[in-house]
Amino acid sequence: MTVDWLKTYRTRAKSYDEVRDATGQVRPHWQSLLRYLSTSGAEGVQQGLDLARTLIAENGVTYNVYADPKGTDRPWALDALPLVLTATEWQGIEVGVQQRATLLNAMLADLYGDQRLLSKSIVPPELVFGHPNFLWPCKGIQPLGDAWLPMYAVDLARAPDGRWWVLNDRTQTPSGAGYALENRHITARVLPDVLRELQVRNVQGFFSSLREQLLTHAQDDSLAVVLTSGIFNETYFEHAYLARQLGLSLVQGHDLTVRNNTVYLKTLSGLRRVHAILRRLDDDYCDPVELRSDSALGVPGLLQAIRAQRVAVVNPLGSGVMDSPAWMGFLPGAAEVLLGDALKLPSVATWWCGEPAALKFVFEHIDDLVIKSVFPNQRRELAFGNELHGAAREELFERMRRRPYTFVAQERFALSQVPVWSSSASLQLAARSVTLRVYAIATPEGYRVLPGGLARIAGETSADVVSNQLGGGSKDVWVIKDAAEASVQDVHDTKPIAPRATLRSAQHAFEVSSTLGENLFWMGRYNERCENKVRLLRASFVMQSESSVWKSALTSCKQFGVYHDDVSMRDAIFLEHRSTSLHADFKRLHWCATQVRGRLSSEYWRTVNVLRRQMRTASNGDVELRETLDWMLLSLAAMSGFTLDDMTQDDGWRLLNLGRRLERLQFLCDLLAGRLQNGLSLLQGELEWLLDVNSCTITYRSRHVAAPRLPLLLELLIRDATNPRTMAYQRDFILHDLQHLSELGGTSVALSLTKSVATVMDVDFGTVEGVGQGASYARQMLAARLQDLSTEVRQLSDELSRRYFSHVGQALQMVGV
Amino acid sequence: MTDPAVLRRYRVEHSTRYEYVATVMHGHHLLHLSPRQQQWQRAMQHDIDLHPITGLLRPDTDAFGNPVHRLEMESPHQQLIINASSEVLVSVRPEWQADSTMEWEQVCKRLCYRHQSRTTEELEAISYRAESPHVRVKNAFADFATACFPVGCPILVGAQTLMSKIYRELAYAPGETQVNTSVLSVLESRRGVCQDFAHLMIACLRSLGLSARYVSGYLRTRPPEGEAALVGVDASHAWVSVYAPPYGWVDLDPTNDLRVGLEHITLGWGRDFSDVSPIRGVIVGGGEHQVTVAVTVTELNDRVVDSSTS
Repeated sequence: MTVDWLKTYRTRAKSYDEVRDATGQVRPHWQSLLRYLSTSGAEGVQQGLDLARTLIAENGVTYNVYADPKGTDRPWALDALPLVLTATEWQGIEVGVQQRATLLNAMLADLYGDQRLLSKSIVPPELVFGHPNFLWPCKGIQPLGDAWLPMYAVDLARAPDGRWWVLNDRTQTPSGAGYALENRHITARVLPDVLRELQVRNVQGFFSSLREQLLTHAQDDSLAVVLTSGIFNETYFEHAYLARQLGLSLVQGHDLTVRNNTVYLKTLSGLRRVHAILRRLDDDYCDPVELRSDSALGVPGLLQAIRAQRVAVVNPLGSGVMDSPAWMGFLPGAAEVLLGDALKLPSVATWWCGEPAALKFVFEHIDDLVIKSVFPNQRRELAFGNELHGAAREELFERMRRRPYTFVAQERFALSQVPVWSSSASLQLAARSVTLRVYAIATPEGYRVLPGGLARIAGETSADVVSNQLGGGSKDVWVIKDAAEASVQDVHDTKPIAPRATLRSAQHAFEVSSTLGENLFWMGRYNERCENKVRLLRASFVMQSESSVWKSALTSCKQFGVYHDDVSMRDAIFLEHRSTSLHADFKRLHWCATQVRGRLSSEYWRTVNVLRRQMRTASNGDVELRETLDWMLLSLAAMSGFTLDDMTQDDGWRLLNLGRRLERLQFLCDLLAGRLQNGLSLLQGELEWLLDVNSCTITYRSRHVAAPRLPLLLELLIRDATNPRTMAYQRDFILHDLQHLSELGGTSVALSLTKSVATVMDVDFGTVEGVGQGASYARQMLAARLQDLSTEVRQLSDELSRRYFSHVGQALQMVGV
Repeated sequence: MTDPAVLRRYRVEHSTRYEYVATVMHGHHLLHLSPRQQQWQRAMQHDIDLHPITGLLRPDTDAFGNPVHRLEMESPHQQLIINASSEVLVSVRPEWQADSTMEWEQVCKRLCYRHQSRTTEELEAISYRAESPHVRVKNAFADFATACFPVGCPILVGAQTLMSKIYRELAYAPGETQVNTSVLSVLESRRGVCQDFAHLMIACLRSLGLSARYVSGYLRTRPPEGEAALVGVDASHAWVSVYAPPYGWVDLDPTNDLRVGLEHITLGWGRDFSDVSPIRGVIVGGGEHQVTVAVTVTELNDRVVDSSTS
């Protein structure tokens, strides 16, 4: 059963229709895609859309994750129907984008160099000196390879006449390329046959170029890294994603240090030279010594390392100055002077109001124009001339008269329309406005353009070129090969990575920074701590409140801070502000997990989110407590399992495991010591409870038929090296991991841990049973030894922190006078 | 012997002492402590010493043409003393006639963008016309200054009137403002120190469309016999330079309501304080810290020495 999907697709009058020509005929390059959709029918299409949604959720593709104070993840919005472009059309775009990137690169070199453009008055000095991202300290800098604009992105829109026009230039930290790559991965899964049939150009090669570009200046053993501002950035997913795709470490400012004009990454094994930084942090935040002194995100001394040509930053600091709509009108003049050529891609008509004639024109044609700020730090709302009347219009005019050079006006035109899937009532195609973001990378052979890009769909109401409310999501962009291209293997797109680079990638992928190591270590600890607390609570709950065991169980719960006399059980567990509550520990676990998200499998991440939901529901008091604890335990156990099976077993992983083992060992010591220290003999029920808390009930029963006895229980929990919950087991694995981690294995900390464990194991467990004074004394002595061991574990944890994470915790501070 | 009416010789000692509660593991500092060579100023001798431990110290020139030192402290330390000492020769500046400077509206027009080639001097002037980290361009500043600049007023006459207005209307109030006090709040409170006086005057000039820069330096500490001591002698001083064609840049000191002359020693200039602050540093570790600054300016061949504070 075929479906005519275009029936509901009605484009706006006067806008260009990407799919149909003026006579209503489907354009040739859209035909096979539409034919496929038609034969798939509603069910087939729905399946594809479901698959896309699942892949987005599974791959954890999100946007704006932490901008929301509630921390709710917003899944990336992808419309699974791609924007299709012909080879001929693409060629025009490609050449135009290459030329524009070349021009902007030359302009940056000029503005930070001899400023010919200014002395010849080709561009207004107001745009340069008034721009917050014109960074004075960068004057005279020569970036490595003279590349001022190694990476460039441009937003294009198609006017009713069918031509593509430039809306925006992105030179600061061009974002979205990672999303474009992910979009392709997903559409390739959803529409594999059409993708093949249409011979859509491959986008992966572009990322190899980016990688090569970053490795150009590599020296033996040096690293390239991706610098992020952290998890609060709206595109943090992309930072992590790009780092993973490029095989580079994702780092924050405090992971880097500049020594003697050289940038280093603080890693678990010491300082490692960094020769290239792909930065996703705005340039003025990058060096608090010379740039914004209020930035805690930057790397002190970075600018001097750049000046000394010891590190390449992509894009170089200072490149943000070209991010302004006001440049548009001056680019043709600059192109003539710097390239001796006319601009191939036109910019949307733009008037910079700093020129009296332009201001006059803008006042006269205000109805057809939109008024924008010249500088990115102005944060003014866009003003649509036709929507402003009377006093509001006069007020704007007055402001424009006072400081005309901070205003720019742009022409408005209807954007071209594409079909998108809409499921308002039933599944159907609706028309939406679209813009196209295209990416380019500087290579030794000139700029290389990503054959595709990120199509962004406008929200339902905005059809206007400038009303940037692109809430509608994104699309993949398919550039189809022409007949000639299709017959030959596309050398450019599949060009292999240089062998040197490959070798390097194998060696240095994911260098474990100290911050990452620290977060993994604590994630291991908190994961285990939560699990211990849940076990403790669950085992205690089984008991009747009148039973004599209940009292001692409660004492243990108090010992670990999950129960207090002054509040209800539920509050004690779920109140976040109680620092020892289960909820508080879970929040710490969640924080660590978000910090290391790039290293976690999507399953782990999903389980964390499930657990968070469980925690919220339970704190609202809607569900039975015992059942909730059961579910939580399941989730936590699953998370432990994922870290065992789904992670690369490097030093970071070892730290995670060490964290978990140390936590488990300490818990066991504290729990047993807590029960033994008063010297009283333990009741039958208490022994059962201890086995339950430590998940050893079944093991014990399989070995001993009779009811539990303390010596046998201790034998199991302490000496048995085959059960993963016991002391001997923790000791063996801790020593093993320490050995692998570094030279720590043979050091005094490891030795004294071994010794302290031995003093516990040396105890004759037979002596601790019974009611006599001797037995009571033996129990107290064992408790004391357990406490010593617990202290030892704490010291080992501190030692690890000192050795591996110490330079992380040191905050930067400004000491100017 | 030199004639003190046309030439003075000074010795400047500028000492900055940091005491940290915890150990500083590493640090980067940017020092603007060296006198800038000018037509009417020459540094005869200049040294920067570090105590008790030394670091990597590299001389350089910044984007504004000022001498600068970059200092990297590589070894752990809890105390750092930076001593800058200079011997500077200051000669008298030309007698600029305020009346014969260009009409201020003409200066504005000349600084605006037009399709004509620019001289280096003009282009430099234009670069000090925009907002900068500590200086906003706002109607409020233009309104404050507008009475000083009647139609057709020569620019230097207007700038001097503005300087006097700021001197009259602002109270010199040490300790009440910080490095990051905004110039808008200075306009509101009408209180501050030399840095605030300078920033306010620059904001006013730029808000009118004129070019002005921030000058960092020192003031001779002991007044000539029988005259009152000038304000701002205890540490670094700051004033304003205004672009006044046909002469070029003319320095005015709004904290003392006078034209800069033989008593001022210039370190350097920039768009505002952030470009030329004496020491900018970012350290790792250190915990709480205390910083003590002492400046002594002595006129050589003179009988005087003066004091300093912290």
